[in-house]
Amino acid sequence: MTDPCADWELLIQADCDGELDIVATARLARHVETCPACARLQSQLHGLSQRIRDLPRDAAPSRLAAGFRVAPPRRRFVPVFGSFAAGLALAASLMLMVTTGADPSAELVAGHIRALQPGHLTDVVSTDQHTVKPWFDGRIDYAPDVRDFASAGFPLVGGRLDYMNGRPVAALVYRRAQHPINLFVWPASGDASPIAGTTKGYNFVRWKSAGMEYVAVSDVEIAELQAMARLMIAK
Amino acid sequence: MTIGGQIVSAKFADAILPHLDAAFRLARWLLRDPVAAEDVVQDALVRAMTYFDQFRGENPRAWLLQIVRNTAWTSRAGGKRLDQLDDDAHSTLASDAPDPEAALVQAEATQTLTDAIARLPTDLRECLVLREIEELPYRDIAIVVGVPIGTVMSRLFRARKLLLAGAEENSN
Repeated sequence: MTDPCADWELLIQADCDGELDIVATARLARHVETCPACARLQSQLHGLSQRIRDLPRDAAPSRLAAGFRVAPPRRRFVPVFGSFAAGLALAASLMLMVTTGADPSAELVAGHIRALQPGHLTDVVSTDQHTVKPWFDGRIDYAPDVRDFASAGFPLVGGRLDYMNGRPVAALVYRRAQHPINLFVWPASGDASPIAGTTKGYNFVRWKSAGMEYVAVSDVEIAELQAMARLMIAK
Repeated sequence: MTIGGQIVSAKFADAILPHLDAAFRLARWLLRDPVAAEDVVQDALVRAMTYFDQFRGENPRAWLLQIVRNTAWTSRAGGKRLDQLDDDAHSTLASDAPDPEAALVQAEATQTLTDAIARLPTDLRECLVLREIEELPYRDIAIVVGVPIGTVMSRLFRARKLLLAGAEENSN
């Protein structure tokens, strides 16, 4: 049996598995639009995945975990009520935490780096905010403000779910020239002006407006991230 | 065979213990027997403790699942032939949904799919379970199974084609 679309099969599968990068995803989407056989395979694979994921999940018998006793932790790196010097160090590390209790920047930068791995940038690929926004319905319990800023040089590329502190958060993906920008959004009260920082060589800018907290992470200049922040705050 | 009162470091506990459910699920899907699965996970945890010094701290989930997988295939249950396995190993109960008939249909569909996965050849089944149940990316599946990513992709595809063909046969 010679199947003209045999070459597409593994790509369709990789797309279902979230392993394709944006370019390949877009190319595949164009092919599937014109090829009923591939469209059928795609929907079959999606359906099968869903059915397997709906299977009941076993939990490990509790006696497995009960067999362990955890040794008391060694002395903490920074004692909570430690010396004055430790207090200073803690204060320094808290410099960026003026807006919230915990600093998620490191975790978000890690999320940004993870997202740069092939196929992990976007779950929904679209430059249309009306496609990206509803995609989050039912995946998270809030509705992020999704807007395209292509005219200002920040085109929307797509979105995906990321995790922060074990909770799902919306990650919107924009591009500035060829550089991806991850914009993480979650509900927060109050307003806060943009604050910039750098972690592991990646720049981030975070702010709060209109009931949401935003952190934009990228390798583009901080000034550009700040420009993007101003666009979003200005509406 | 228990690891009664085994004292582990907080580092080990933080890295490894959150993945006990995943470890048990994988072992159960591979061996199709919850009792054997529990034994395998216990053995794997002992190995994990022994080799924890060598763990580089990058991906504890894939690291543990790799040990579980290798332990499963070298265990006595892992050496058993398919036809010797207990058919009830993966039996599932109807859920307590308000509509008993719908629940029964659902339970049957669940059972059919579970059986179909259980009948897959082991090399295809482990890739499928790591992808669909444990939701590992290809890269991590390649690490756990010890094959190139291309092999992972082709095994996954063969597994899915078999399941789809089986589902079509059922509906005819």
